[in-house]
Amino acid sequence: MIFEDEPVPGYPLPILPGHSSPGRFERVLRAGLFAVTAELAPPDSADPEEVYRRARIFDGCVDAINATDGSGANCHMSSLAVCALLTRVGYAPVMQISCRDKNRIAIQGDILGGAAMGVCNLLCLTGDGVQAGDHPQALPVFDLDSLTLLETARTLRDEHHFLSGRKISYAPRVLLGAAENPFAPPLEWRAQRLAKKVAAGAQFIQTQFCYDTAALRAFINQVEQLGLLDKVFILVGVGPLRSAKAAEWIRTHVPGVHIPDGVIRRLAGATDGALEGRKLCIELIQEIRTLKGVHGVHLMAYRQEESVAEIIERSGVLDGRVPWYPGRDPQTNATRMAS
Amino acid sequence: MYALRQWSVRHARGLNAFYKGFESGLVALHPLWKRLGYQRLERPVAAVERQVKGLLFDCRMCGLCVLSSTGMSCPMNCPKNLRNGPCGGVRANGHCEVRPEMKCVWVEAVAGSARIPGGRAALATVQAAVDRRLQGRSSWLRVARERAAQATAAASAGGTR
Repeated sequence: MIFEDEPVPGYPLPILPGHSSPGRFERVLRAGLFAVTAELAPPDSADPEEVYRRARIFDGCVDAINATDGSGANCHMSSLAVCALLTRVGYAPVMQISCRDKNRIAIQGDILGGAAMGVCNLLCLTGDGVQAGDHPQALPVFDLDSLTLLETARTLRDEHHFLSGRKISYAPRVLLGAAENPFAPPLEWRAQRLAKKVAAGAQFIQTQFCYDTAALRAFINQVEQLGLLDKVFILVGVGPLRSAKAAEWIRTHVPGVHIPDGVIRRLAGATDGALEGRKLCIELIQEIRTLKGVHGVHLMAYRQEESVAEIIERSGVLDGRVPWYPGRDPQTNATRMAS
Repeated sequence: MYALRQWSVRHARGLNAFYKGFESGLVALHPLWKRLGYQRLERPVAAVERQVKGLLFDCRMCGLCVLSSTGMSCPMNCPKNLRNGPCGGVRANGHCEVRPEMKCVWVEAVAGSARIPGGRAALATVQAAVDRRLQGRSSWLRVARERAAQATAAASAGGTR
């Protein structure tokens, strides 16, 4: 029996030759388009509607939505659950997996589970230390690190077995991603760390917030010298700053975020800090877009998610392209519902 | 001890050369270890290893020593146990995100590896996930046994060719 209010599951696309996943995000990247991803902050709630509300904010301006996994070591709805909700209506999520909270048994189970729910993209992360979050008394697991996590996911996908060697009957078809921070020490070794991640299976990276394009250029030059530019899709992390005070707080309290003094001075000198922050973000995106080897931007607009659409629109990086979202093509959806 | 650990990274070249010699000795003495019994040697050797490496490197006895590949900076001192490079949270002054008073073990590893011949190449090797069952066991004995077994396998493979 079918109830008329039953959710319409996300329809998997056929997998194209040379692709690892059937996902739209990989299609956009491999088509050479400038991709836009955004971070969704999972709710402190068991209400699925809260997830959908947060996803709808990005409708028409992003190619994929990152579901964070206890970011900042704070407790929220799990990334697997957020992704499962998102794929139900057809969104393309990037499932973030951190090594902080789960051992290799749980992680491998989540990768299979996520792929079964239609997740096509994984982001393999180390994870923030527990001291950074709201449960500093928790046990930090870190059974794997981001590199061995990548290798684990690749083993499941390409060799069709668990780390134990036990066979899996249907491999997860996923695009593998990793993070990189071009702005944290040891700066001279960051590109080589990326090389290691690529060797371990990373196909795309999303970087930490970029407010310093000179440092980004230096990093990309190193990446190019290592011959990696055509081996990995680079998406640069960006986000609007709300005020000089907020920027100062972020750079002193959030691990790994580098904000140059010039940016703080510029925000402090503006009459409307938030407006200036968005303007700065747009300028950064426009400059980042011109860099060789950069395939997109990753927006992290924590508590300013509603500004993402405007920022992307005004930056012009989508070139009039409207990324898919539920309801973009009413005609197609109607036929799908009927079939 | 933190100060001694930093000294070890500064003297990575010498320590690595010493260890290479020591390791050859260990492997050469494999027949002796075998006769005495690896099982019987495990506890006393692990105890010595814990003392020596604990003093020099703040060794955590993971049982899978990679010091030669990490510029003599023990990655198990990283609060996130990262064995393949630093996380993205390293502070601007090169100190640890979790323990701000400590220098990032990977900032140290990158510096130390530059002092070891072939150290940077070793740093680029992807280290496999740790087998947690080896915690507390002697890495020296494991290396001696494994290298000797490899040598025997190589010799027998060469003989049949």
